[in-house]
Amino acid sequence: MSAQQPPPSGPPRLDPFAPPAPDALRPPRPVAGQPQGAPQPTAPPPPPDPNAAFSIRGLWKRFGDKTAVAGVDLDVPSGSFYGIVGPNGAGKTTMLSMATGLLRPDFGTVSIHGADFWSDPVAGKRRLGVLPDGVRLFDRLTGEQLITYAGLLRGMDRDVVAERTADLLRALDLAADAKTLVVDYSAGMTKKVALASALIHAPAILVLDEPFEAVDPVSAANIRDILASYVRSGGTVVVSSHVMDLVQRMCDHVAIIASGRILAAGTVDEVRAGASLEDRFVDLVGGRQSAEGLAWLRSS
Amino acid sequence: MVALFVRLRLTLMANSFKRSVWQLIGFILAALYAAGLVVMAVFGTVVGVRADPHITTDVVTIVGAVTVLAWWVVPLFAFGVDATLDPQRLVTYGVPRRSLLAGLTAAGLTSVPGFAMVALALGMALAWVREPATLLAALVGGALAVALCVVGSRAITTALAPLLESRRYREVLTIAAFVPIMLVGPAFAWGAARLEEGGSGLAEQIPALLEQVARMAGWTPLGAPWGLAGSVHDGEWLLALARLLIAGFALGLLWWLWDVSLARSLVSPPTAGAGKGRSKGLGWFDRTPATPAGAVAARALTYWFRDPRYSGSVAVIPLLPVVLLAVGGGSANEILLILAPLTAWILGYAISADISYDSSAFALHVATGVSGRDDRTGRVLAVGIPGLVVVAAFAAISLGVTGRWDLAPVVLGASLGALGVSLGVSSVTSARLLYPTPKPGDSPFKQPQGAAMATMISQGLGSLASMVVSLPYLALAIAALLTSSALLGWLTLGVGVVEGVAVMLLGIRWGARIFDRRGPELLQQVMSYA
Repeated sequence: MSAQQPPPSGPPRLDPFAPPAPDALRPPRPVAGQPQGAPQPTAPPPPPDPNAAFSIRGLWKRFGDKTAVAGVDLDVPSGSFYGIVGPNGAGKTTMLSMATGLLRPDFGTVSIHGADFWSDPVAGKRRLGVLPDGVRLFDRLTGEQLITYAGLLRGMDRDVVAERTADLLRALDLAADAKTLVVDYSAGMTKKVALASALIHAPAILVLDEPFEAVDPVSAANIRDILASYVRSGGTVVVSSHVMDLVQRMCDHVAIIASGRILAAGTVDEVRAGASLEDRFVDLVGGRQSAEGLAWLRSS
Repeated sequence: MVALFVRLRLTLMANSFKRSVWQLIGFILAALYAAGLVVMAVFGTVVGVRADPHITTDVVTIVGAVTVLAWWVVPLFAFGVDATLDPQRLVTYGVPRRSLLAGLTAAGLTSVPGFAMVALALGMALAWVREPATLLAALVGGALAVALCVVGSRAITTALAPLLESRRYREVLTIAAFVPIMLVGPAFAWGAARLEEGGSGLAEQIPALLEQVARMAGWTPLGAPWGLAGSVHDGEWLLALARLLIAGFALGLLWWLWDVSLARSLVSPPTAGAGKGRSKGLGWFDRTPATPAGAVAARALTYWFRDPRYSGSVAVIPLLPVVLLAVGGGSANEILLILAPLTAWILGYAISADISYDSSAFALHVATGVSGRDDRTGRVLAVGIPGLVVVAAFAAISLGVTGRWDLAPVVLGASLGALGVSLGVSSVTSARLLYPTPKPGDSPFKQPQGAAMATMISQGLGSLASMVVSLPYLALAIAALLTSSALLGWLTLGVGVVEGVAVMLLGIRWGARIFDRRGPELLQQVMSYA
């Protein structure tokens, strides 16, 4: 890849976690006055909200000459069920990776309950449960071993780990396959065992990147129940998804992100402004094609 | 259809060059290497035919048989190395089976080994240019041999595909492959030693041995096509006919096998259902301390047994004494004394690419915020403690067999020093000098593309560092061996143990500091390999 190319005019997308997608939808409308490749905040952002679970200010990440996240400000209220939606390659995964300590931001701050995350990542990570997207698991362990491993890595007590592992396996319908190697799991089972590894230490905040991908409807409903009761008990959940319908039903807050920027954020009702979330999303992100193009694609 | 397949193959090759210059360089090197081998073989045959046709035909038959065998067997172990033109990928296009077979055969020839085989068969046949009948036989034999190579390798991989799709069988097969590879060298050494013991001069023994082996190989489909020219040259027409029939019949059989198994594989896509790995209880997680470091150790120990990339090296360890015994000429040679230090070195070095081996699963360590000290310590303990036992046992075996118990302190000092130093250096390199390694689930023989440079730099620096650090106890050990001084021996033991422990602890500390500072960057690096 040569570095000689001019900086991209439209905001690019590069997702280090996702498999290389040949070409994602390119958002058509550049926002007026957007910075060209370097952070130039037009108005000083408000200071981080100490009461928010996450308070993100001016977050930037570039990979080579592609800007994956271009100045994100976001407040996730404590105790909210927050959905992050956006097209493929919008920067969802990159943003969540920087918020959870998997990727160091170029610029910007992440505060968790008022404490700066990147100045003491270890303290921050203790409060977080993370389900990253597109990473392998230690798949030569059995499901039970993997969840136990996650618990012990967090420095938890052996008996507590054993008890919670059994609970999680039951709740996520994995008990029958507890002794099967994760490498032999289906995609949905793999997702569930990764979710269990993120839950084992009862974190204050859960960050789940595409938690429902490949998960069957019954398990998805079970997971939604688990997450809803977790939020009712005071926990905060951040999920990314591109299933609008799911987010509209499940979440109380939502942020729409495209090409590394937040296009809209707030409670679900504020964001959708009377329309359905999906219509609002398509409206904001753009890029719908008319179906006239493939005239020859007719079954006659 | 044949032309389409060949073009597809060439396009795939060209595209891989576009992706990375190293691919192109690797291809050129492989082509040059193959060309060199072919030229040497052809030259040898031409010269040999003039000098001594009998020995030459024997050698051609044996070498040819080994080549065909390699074509058949290597793809089984090196699975996933070349998946271009995997019939499974063509299933959805509905290509008629006849065309598919012909196309895949042609495409199989369109490769460096394929071209090399054709050139080899042609060149070797031309050595008989003065005898038209033999030349014709050699050409027919060469064509049969090339066809046997290509058809045989495809037939065997396709027929065994259901077996190879099962992770279990594939892994067992891979680990088994390490055994013959390890034993090739010792087998030669043993053979040479036997010949020398025979005493009656190499010149008389070797031709007789060659003829015996070539006779046997000539009756198998592996050697029959290569022996065709020789039997015609000798005027043994019945033998020539027999060899022609054997090769032709085998080719027909393999073609039929390929046809049948391809037909089956086209309608039964791969399933991962069979042979699920199961395990009782929590395994090592129940036996190690319930701390982060203990958990890392338990995870690493589990991988030492379940991941072929690790268990391959475990399988090699018990073979080391055998190899050294054979190299030493079968008797109680003092070269065996190197066994324990060498084993210690190999074991300590085995974790020098641990984070690359984790691949993106390393995200769990970053997300949980496990400390560098716990991560490094756990990985060292997983090798160090079993390593200590193995090294002590090997030291005792080597001392017992050679009867040199007086050298016990020297051997122990060098072994413990080597174990500690290599573990300490590995703890640093695995956090600082990462290089791409085979990914989880890939064959351990499959080197990632474009990794050669990084691998060489990392391993070079690592070995250089451990060499320098090892100088004190190594110098003492050598001095003790030369002077047979007991005092120097005990000094070696003392220095080796102290140095081993010190380097190990310092390595863990330094590695831990790098780990804590660069955790997210390490994750991005291993993810860029995926």
